[in-house]
Amino acid sequence: MGFLDNYIYYIGAFGLIFVGLYIILVKHNLIKVIVGLGILDTGVNLFLISVGYIAKGTAPIFSRPGIDSEHMVDPVPQALVLTAIVIGVAVLALALSLAIRLYQHYGTLNLRKIREQRW
Amino acid sequence: MRRIISILLLVIVALGISQSLAKIPFGVPKTKVGRHYINEGVKETGATNIVTSVVVSYRGFDTLGEVTVLFIAAIGLGAVLTAGAREGPRKTRPASLVLYTGCRLLFPLILVFGTYVFIHGHLTPGGGFQGGAIIASGFLLIYLGCRERRISRAASNLAESLGGLVFVVIGLLGLGFGDYFLLNFLPKGTANALFSAGIIPIIYIAIGVKVGSELAGIIDNLIEES
Amino acid sequence: MTFLALFLVLLMLVGAVAASVFKDLISAVIAAALVSLAASILFYLLQAPDVAMAEAAIGAALTAAIFIIAISRTKRYEE
Repeated sequence: MGFLDNYIYYIGAFGLIFVGLYIILVKHNLIKVIVGLGILDTGVNLFLISVGYIAKGTAPIFSRPGIDSEHMVDPVPQALVLTAIVIGVAVLALALSLAIRLYQHYGTLNLRKIREQRW
Repeated sequence: MRRIISILLLVIVALGISQSLAKIPFGVPKTKVGRHYINEGVKETGATNIVTSVVVSYRGFDTLGEVTVLFIAAIGLGAVLTAGAREGPRKTRPASLVLYTGCRLLFPLILVFGTYVFIHGHLTPGGGFQGGAIIASGFLLIYLGCRERRISRAASNLAESLGGLVFVVIGLLGLGFGDYFLLNFLPKGTANALFSAGIIPIIYIAIGVKVGSELAGIIDNLIEES
Repeated sequence: MTFLALFLVLLMLVGAVAASVFKDLISAVIAAALVSLAASILFYLLQAPDVAMAEAAIGAALTAAIFIIAISRTKRYEE
């Protein structure tokens, strides 16, 4: 249980990255590929936050005047991930708008059929 | 053939990532910059939420870049989706009375909660992006429940442009008053008060209004002519 | 506390595998929203309340809504 205690967050982040990559590489439907992109994004954000964790630490907010600041977790990865989450949703919205236009033009969302229709 | 290459690529990536993840110790402090921000953060910026002071004051330029990326995505989505042919007026079935009344009751409460979250961004967990997302989900409720109402396109564009403009103008004022862009030039006040931490609440209010109206505009563009 | 983390990581991984297996695209999107929700609680357990709020508001709610609106304008079933 010692090994699991330390590495459970890394295993979760690695599993999400693996499943996200598998969906992007193997699936045919365009909307499912975009779902895989979102899962990959969540996995990378989870990994960044779990790197910045300090054992027995608390959140970096000085809510009371007498709080001790010796055991606070690292605030820099949290600022980076805050930015990354918002950029992730912006990229998903733009990708979905392109998928809607593709469906209006080709009539299907299957990537194999679109490739055959183009050539 | 393509499937074999995909599986090979996945195995190589899995081996590489797991080997490098095993060497990173968990729960051990790794950098020194974080310690400096925690020790000096309240004195230098006046905000008691250290993550807010990192996002707005220490790394404020990255936040400007992120607001630009969100703006470009919203413009791109608007340009791609309205270039096609229009299909005529939408045929909607009006919602039932219970749903309509419930949505109209909930909408101002959600707006007030979102505004509370981004005004107190420098004191409690929260901030501009979270408050903006809550406001956008309030507008989503109106689009789903009361289907004939729309926010006017002009008001949404005006709110978005004003938010971005306030952010850049405050940064340029910092350049005018002192040494660098986004200098914290207003008085810092006492910690844990609402009017403290210089320009940080003003920038977060601008970001909250901008992100909220932007995400509501994205949903409006997607729902239109459905 | 570590039993809660273990349960949430298992829920997250099962949700991710379910999002890849389902043929109905709306079910896949709801499984992805479940992944986002479990990740938001894990962010809170890692002492990051700002990030947990952002992930719950943006990842679980707005992403699922945008996906469902986009699916309603295209096909629902993957072929």
